[in-house]
Amino acid sequence: MTTVTLTVNGKAVSGAAEDRTLLVHFLRDHLGLTGTHVGCDTSQCGACVVHIDGQAVKSCTVLVGQANGANVTTIEGIAKGDELHPMQAAFRDNHGLQCGYCTPGMIMTSIDIVNRHGGSLDEATVRQELEGNICRCTGYHNIVKSVLDAAARMNVAQAAE
Amino acid sequence: MGMEGIGASVARKEDKRFITGKGRYTDDIRPHGMTYASFVRSPHAHAKVASIDTSEAMKMPGVVAVLTGQELVDDKIGNLICGWMVHSKDGSAMKMGAWPAMAPEIVRFVGQAVAVVIAESRNGARDAAEKVEVAYEELPAVPDIRAAIADGAPQLHPEAPGNIVYDWALGDEAATNAAFAKAANVVEIELTNNRLVPNAMEPRSAVASYDEAEEHFTLYTTSQNPHVARLVLSAFYNIAPENKLRVIAPDVGGGFGSKIFIYPEEMVALWASKKVNRPVKWTADRTEAFLTDAHGRDHLSKAEMAFDKDNKMIGLRVKTHANFGAYMSLFSSSVPTYLYATLLSGQYNIPNIYAEVIGIYTNTTPVDAYRGAGRPEASFLLERLVETAARKLKLDPTELRRKNFITSFPHQTPVIMAYDTGDFHASLDAALKAIDYAGFAARKEASQKAGKLRGIGLSCYIEACGIAPSKAVGSLGAGVGLWESAEVRVNPVGTIEVLTGSHSHGQGHETTFAQVVADRLGIPLDQVSIVHGDTDKVQFGMGTYGSRSAAVGISAIVKALEKVEAKAKKIVSHQLEASEDDIVIENGNFKVAGTDKVMALANVALAAYTAHNLPPGMEPGLKEGAFYDPTNFTFPAGAYICEVEVDPGTGKTEFVNFVAADDFGRLINPMIVEGQVHGGLAQGIGQALLEGAVYDENGQLVTASFMDYAMPRAEDLPSFKLSHTTTLCPGNPLGVKGCGEAGAIGASAAVINAITNAIGHEKIEMPATPARVWNAIHGNA
Repeated sequence: MTTVTLTVNGKAVSGAAEDRTLLVHFLRDHLGLTGTHVGCDTSQCGACVVHIDGQAVKSCTVLVGQANGANVTTIEGIAKGDELHPMQAAFRDNHGLQCGYCTPGMIMTSIDIVNRHGGSLDEATVRQELEGNICRCTGYHNIVKSVLDAAARMNVAQAAE
Repeated sequence: MGMEGIGASVARKEDKRFITGKGRYTDDIRPHGMTYASFVRSPHAHAKVASIDTSEAMKMPGVVAVLTGQELVDDKIGNLICGWMVHSKDGSAMKMGAWPAMAPEIVRFVGQAVAVVIAESRNGARDAAEKVEVAYEELPAVPDIRAAIADGAPQLHPEAPGNIVYDWALGDEAATNAAFAKAANVVEIELTNNRLVPNAMEPRSAVASYDEAEEHFTLYTTSQNPHVARLVLSAFYNIAPENKLRVIAPDVGGGFGSKIFIYPEEMVALWASKKVNRPVKWTADRTEAFLTDAHGRDHLSKAEMAFDKDNKMIGLRVKTHANFGAYMSLFSSSVPTYLYATLLSGQYNIPNIYAEVIGIYTNTTPVDAYRGAGRPEASFLLERLVETAARKLKLDPTELRRKNFITSFPHQTPVIMAYDTGDFHASLDAALKAIDYAGFAARKEASQKAGKLRGIGLSCYIEACGIAPSKAVGSLGAGVGLWESAEVRVNPVGTIEVLTGSHSHGQGHETTFAQVVADRLGIPLDQVSIVHGDTDKVQFGMGTYGSRSAAVGISAIVKALEKVEAKAKKIVSHQLEASEDDIVIENGNFKVAGTDKVMALANVALAAYTAHNLPPGMEPGLKEGAFYDPTNFTFPAGAYICEVEVDPGTGKTEFVNFVAADDFGRLINPMIVEGQVHGGLAQGIGQALLEGAVYDENGQLVTASFMDYAMPRAEDLPSFKLSHTTTLCPGNPLGVKGCGEAGAIGASAAVINAITNAIGHEKIEMPATPARVWNAIHGNA
């Protein structure tokens, strides 16, 4: 068994789990944070992407013990109360989701993409950067649109800060 | 049209929970005391199960039970069924081999379940499943159609000699042969429709529980049609009577057909929950999904088209072998017959058509409906044939199509379908304009100078959706009716709940269905809630597939709304002392035309429930239900054009442009419609360029993970240019046709027509990988 203490969505949490427990299962089964999804067994689909210390990471590639002491943000932790994160709002406004299953991972990855590229994002870059996230519903058309829209909103927000 | 009514691109009501991580999918559900199931699966494509030793597995920590196929037999649990009877040419019924949920004697595909472990944890169940000792005696396997029909091929089922399920035909053979005998030109084509794996992003899952005191089961599951699941589980598998079984399909993460069917695992989880008297959860991992979700397509076809001296189509002959895999899945038999051969007339006036379809068993995963189901196969065959014919006859592909388009409606094809309306010239015009067809020659020349091969390809598809008139499908062998139900409940304060038998797993019904109600009554969208996916809430329904939810599901809602409005008008007429005929509904108010007399919907509803002053004899309440059975299929149609550039050095295809011009009749929410088209196009393009299930000679699925099966990713696809032309469907109240499958039906032919046009070589199989394209260019195909 592994005992871990980490910060999830701003709150300190601790728990004990089998050594082989993946972070994604710890989040889902131990913390009840079921917004992070499992879509494959091979770290290909990206449905499980969360942020660890501010970077997008597939939580199926991380043993929970490796996340000990880390600061983890999940899809449940990015809105400020009733105020959606600009990426969440952009996905809704641009119909960037259908069944919603890949959506949490897409949003977490996309925030990271915008954080890294800032205002220099274009369609080709977004498509390339989404390589690790699979969607079966949207054909990515509106996801790409959402990310570009959110990038504009996030840059405006940053400029205002 | 209001801001939120029919025709408005309203943002989706359901999105908030999905974008905040608050969606509720089956695997998110954890009842108290839950156990986990893990299946023991065959590693062989064909083998006898000599013995199963569960003793070591039972000793593993946390194991609650290990159950085998023999116990299903002992408990008189039924075998899986195929719900659509198809008869061979000779009149004999299709040949069905028995499909037990866990195989007690013989396994016929890799991944077929033989036992299940129930344990306290997910990992514990998996560990113990590895300790179940199954002794197999391997049998020779047939991995594909050609192997299955070869002389001396191993036989899968004693019931099906020659591995043939049926040898079926549609159309007038003699008349078609006569047309070919007098043809000025005949063009032939041979093609493969590659086998696909649906891969909804949410793997299949079941959470089953049993209430001993009430003798009542509850099943949460990933279903596109929970009522059909309950019917089958109850009537055929003997799990429980319908009144003792509640099936709930909560948020479902995509289906694409694969979640229509009632699979072994869900049934076993339900049965096991009573055996162990604990809730049981099973969730597929992705490789289990690859091995056990029903696959799609997998046809080998030969087709020939006869033309007269004026290049009019006078006959079409098609012979198709369809792979069903190891067992007949729920609706599999209908897919390559009544959903395929009936669409072979396409957008064209072809007076004589004869199609033969031979259904084949192989030692592979069962094959059933996948987005489009039969119609993509028909469209691909026909549009490849027409494009090839245009090239052989030295005609512009638009000219050959236009010369043969059906232009007057209704049009009876020689293969059952009666097209109600359409304007094929209009959609082709729109697509040609969008892609600047006239400028293609100059673009091709520019590419040539840059050392690239540019090509353009058309696909003019038609599909039969709005599935389906019950009497018609009944006469063709369907075991169910394909109507839809709805109930409109107006609450005393005027808010509305609409219960529907349709099921949303990405289509946005909570928004579009509410838009229809908001539009008719002139009320805000927030005042309307859609309830679906629970057999305890909605009495019955047929679910969502075959692009049927708008054409059939919404039509049922409209029918129920009409009854609600009629009753409301009677109440208003009584209270305001006006004639019912003078009452109009505007902005949530019932007004007496030409007067200032008005009653708000909320007041009408309150009056209906207080029942203090209702017309004599009227029952209290404001709630009406309806069943809607369509009178015909609907016929969405359109034109897709793909322009590509191929690098002759690498064989890599790059999209230059992809345009789609669709006629879906009236659009309720254009934004959602376009999203459906994008997704369908991605699946059609995926089939054309990337995807393909590959079995080796022993029947092992080589492409059983996302590492090996090429799912389309963002970088593989272009942005799409969509447009719409409109002919309203005359068969339903809103004139809607359906939009969910069009992209998957029309796209693949456009892509392959573009590539073959670019490389000047007709023979290229899907997926048209760079290696295949390069070999074709360099004459190695």
